[in-house]
Amino acid sequence: MKLTDLMEELDLGVRVAGDTLNGEVTGGYASDLISDVLAHATAGDLWVTLQTHQNIVAVASLKDLAGVVLVGGREPQEDTLLKAEEEGVPILVSRMTAFELVGRLYALGIRSAELEAVEV
Amino acid sequence: MIVGKLQELVLELKVGDVMTADPITLGPGDRMSDLRDLLRAHHFSGLPVVDDKQLVGIVSVEDFIKFLGNGKDDCAVEEEMTGVVQTLYADDSLTHAIGRFESSGLGRFPVVERSGGALVGIVTKGDLIRGMLRRLEAEFHEEEIHRYRASHLFEDVEADATALTLRYDVAGQDFKRAGEASSRLKRTLSHLGIRPDVARRVAIGCYEAEMNLVIFTDGGTIDAQVRPASIVVEVRDEGPGIDDLEKALQPGYSTAADWVRELGFGAGMGLPNIRKMGDEFDIRSTAGKGTVLTVSFDTSEAGDETD
Repeated sequence: MKLTDLMEELDLGVRVAGDTLNGEVTGGYASDLISDVLAHATAGDLWVTLQTHQNIVAVASLKDLAGVVLVGGREPQEDTLLKAEEEGVPILVSRMTAFELVGRLYALGIRSAELEAVEV
Repeated sequence: MIVGKLQELVLELKVGDVMTADPITLGPGDRMSDLRDLLRAHHFSGLPVVDDKQLVGIVSVEDFIKFLGNGKDDCAVEEEMTGVVQTLYADDSLTHAIGRFESSGLGRFPVVERSGGALVGIVTKGDLIRGMLRRLEAEFHEEEIHRYRASHLFEDVEADATALTLRYDVAGQDFKRAGEASSRLKRTLSHLGIRPDVARRVAIGCYEAEMNLVIFTDGGTIDAQVRPASIVVEVRDEGPGIDDLEKALQPGYSTAADWVRELGFGAGMGLPNIRKMGDEFDIRSTAGKGTVLTVSFDTSEAGDETD
């Protein structure tokens, strides 16, 4: 599913469009631990988190994630925005809680890539 | 050289590579007013007329102008279209197509299936040129990457051992710039033609090490040595050193301050993550003196360029 489609379906706000709003979201990952995301997220994942500081941009960029959604009505910090513009990482926001948003994403067919690999 | 390349492409490329597939079509019973709307909306110069997937004619801007000139009432497209149509096949070469454009003076050809005659696309002179330019661009891009590839750099170097060392200085306690070294390293590795999944593993390992420098030390250096079959990352700082290495290597163990944990760091996964990313892992630390971490990433089976 394309990021733009998810934005429309789930009423996500765009804070930074990045390079790849048109990019394909191939999976999802939810975590607030940076190391956990580094270890277990997969390229193409949409990352759901409540972290708002600029280090999330480096992580998303290093892992080639499709984008980051900040939940619970949280807004990215100023330097997060600057960094995200620089790195071309899409930053989105949602008023939903992580639980709610992840549920909706799952209902739209977004899965955890790693889990799928284990099940097959 | 470019002319030679173009000649090659003209022979190599097929009509199917450059045509517009599944073009917008009209049915024989559609009205001339429908044609007008389509011409207006899409700036087409002509549209194929299709009846049950079979190409039955083509109707062009000229046909429409003739129709207007005759002052006729709106009528079915089939009354105004050109019924006997010259076509090309998707597997015709561009050389053949160019010849047909030349000899016929036509501006477009419908492309049909060899058996059955079902319409599969439409091709204009512009499509031919765009198709060749696209291919040229793609090949030049490939050539550029090829020329830049680290492996080729190494091929040209005469030495018993070769390594390209990339050094990154990391400032301690500077959370604003944390991650920059790893991002720069990842970009550089990709420029050097290192396979993306390998570059990602190196960058992730490097990021965890960089965060350790930022969180726990007054700064340090990251040296990434790009060798013909491996990348070796050495991370060095001058203290404070790790008290209990064995514990530090256990997942979940962390000595990070609470405020660091709130940022999502210090989950006790840094060193285990680095170990997981690398193929060889070594860490030496002396309390009060500093830590040297060495991680190797095997790139030897990474010769496959297709990722």
